[in-house]
Amino acid sequence: MAEITVTLPPGVGLHARPAALFVGAAAKSSCDVTIGRPGEPGVNAKSILGVMGLGAKAGEEMVVTAEGDGADELLASLKEILETPEGGHA
Amino acid sequence: MPDLTTLTGVGVSPGVGAGPVVRVVDSVPEPKQGPGSGSPEEEFAAAQAALEAVAADLEDRGQRAGGEAQHVLEAQAMMARDPDLAGQIKQRTAAGSNAARAAYEAFGITREMLLTLGEYFAARVTDLDDIRNRTVARLLDVPPPGIPELTEPSVLVAMDLAPADTALIDKSMVLAFATQEGGPTSHTSILARNLGIPAVVGCRGVRELAPGTRVLVDGSNGKVFIDPPADLIARLAGVDEKRRAALAAVGNAPGATSDGHAVPLLVNIGGIDDVEKALANGAEGVGLFRSELLFLDRTDAPSEDEQYGLYRAVLEAFTGRKVVVRTLDAGADKPLPFLPFGEEPNPAMGVRGLRICMQAPEIMHTQLTALARAGEGLDTELWVMAPMVADVYEARWFKEACKKAGLKAKIGTMVEIPAAALRAEHLGQVAEFFSIGSNDLTQYTFAADRQIGAVARLQDAWQPAILDLVAATTAGGQANGIPTGVCGEAASDPALACVLVGLGVNTLSMSAGALPGVRAALAAHTLDDCQRAAEAARGAVDAEAARAAARGNLAQLESLGL
Repeated sequence: MAEITVTLPPGVGLHARPAALFVGAAAKSSCDVTIGRPGEPGVNAKSILGVMGLGAKAGEEMVVTAEGDGADELLASLKEILETPEGGHA
Repeated sequence: MPDLTTLTGVGVSPGVGAGPVVRVVDSVPEPKQGPGSGSPEEEFAAAQAALEAVAADLEDRGQRAGGEAQHVLEAQAMMARDPDLAGQIKQRTAAGSNAARAAYEAFGITREMLLTLGEYFAARVTDLDDIRNRTVARLLDVPPPGIPELTEPSVLVAMDLAPADTALIDKSMVLAFATQEGGPTSHTSILARNLGIPAVVGCRGVRELAPGTRVLVDGSNGKVFIDPPADLIARLAGVDEKRRAALAAVGNAPGATSDGHAVPLLVNIGGIDDVEKALANGAEGVGLFRSELLFLDRTDAPSEDEQYGLYRAVLEAFTGRKVVVRTLDAGADKPLPFLPFGEEPNPAMGVRGLRICMQAPEIMHTQLTALARAGEGLDTELWVMAPMVADVYEARWFKEACKKAGLKAKIGTMVEIPAAALRAEHLGQVAEFFSIGSNDLTQYTFAADRQIGAVARLQDAWQPAILDLVAATTAGGQANGIPTGVCGEAASDPALACVLVGLGVNTLSMSAGALPGVRAALAAHTLDDCQRAAEAARGAVDAEAARAAARGNLAQLESLGL
């Protein structure tokens, strides 16, 4: 299982638009993907409701895991989405 | 004639419309507990099919809407396809629940979870409820919430209309609105006036009308006639014809009473998109430019350059005229992610309007600097005012902030808080003009939340207490030689507009659609008529009596069909 830790950039955290982009990318993959806080069980990263339910705020560290074919590539692209500041997604 | 055939409400948009009732579906029944007709697998498959159909429909609407709405609708579609949600439904169908109930409960769990996350997620809860209602409606085979597809010109009947219901409304198919709830400032009323569609709101009994019932809605007099006889339709249509002719006759002349007392008629706008209709209806300037619309639905504050571009475009469209800009008005009721809001138990009374800018002065400075630049080198008269000013201290703070930004404009304050109206004489020593926001002034005077239908009776600017506060404001303005305008919905009611002029109000600002009616009403009466109407209204005991007393002194209104 591959795993990365990402710090959310300044802005308003992981909800609405950024969450939708993140979940959209995760859902396209065949891997099992989770996201959560360090030391806590993660939620299904393909669930928009689960990801929004984390209530992750700007500046928080999040752990993303992936298991399956292409897990490393997937994590790299998810990291990029999470680290793009608010307003940079347009 | 039996009285049973007439329902009475509040006429909020003049004109008459006759046709069959189409009911706007405002609720979906709660599905009953118990097993469904299929096996657990079949029930789960049915729920999944319903969710997929809802998701596809949302995506389809998103594609048609485009822009920011598309992102919102696509995120909603993603919720409908959520694997965790499907898992919750599957647990329940496996335990023997019917598909509709399983979906209903699964959404309920997610809803609770989102609610615990705080106010930002309130909007997502609304999205989620919409998906739940659509899904459950499919599974129960009942009409989905919202406006049904209209196949012939119809009268729309609802509890009240929500903005979401009306985003895609086809004006040519709607003859009139009639709602059970709502008041003159409800969304339905504003929309109806904007579209020029006759409307009666707060009309008890309309909800019981069966679909297809023929009704006649008289938005000028607040009546809904059931199964109206042909001669009644013809008579009221004749009055309406006269009204239209009177409006056409007065044309786009500058606002004035029949004896030549000038009352500039201005328009309320949110941005450049509203300018065309405003100019077509003869707006003599902008009385309320709601700048906060540039700030909503985004995660970062607009830059100075971006704001400059938008302000400049509006100011250029009104060269030679006046544009009154209201600085950012937001609060816990309309949160902006880039502003530091705490959760408030009572947002209407919390940190909103100017209070926010006092907490985040850099946002205000950027806006005022952009306005200062936008006004340079144009012969547009730029006036700038702050929302929710309570006292002299705040008025001074705002004036100082304008000075710091190098803003060359008339600096005014809105009067929306009773304290400001009561002490207008002192406020007027600082402010260079007043603008009464009648909707909020009514809300705060009567402790009656604008969003709550049950207190709509109090949300009526005809209440004599509001007229007293308007009089106090104009007196305070006159004592200091500064003008007072009104930019709330009160200014768009032709009869009330005359009363406001009688109370000493100098300018009236309203949605573009309301300009012709107000212009015609003023042109048909003298300043003296208006003053007598104002006096009579202030002498009345309640809003209804005030309306009747004023109309009694404004003899031409009835023949104008206003």
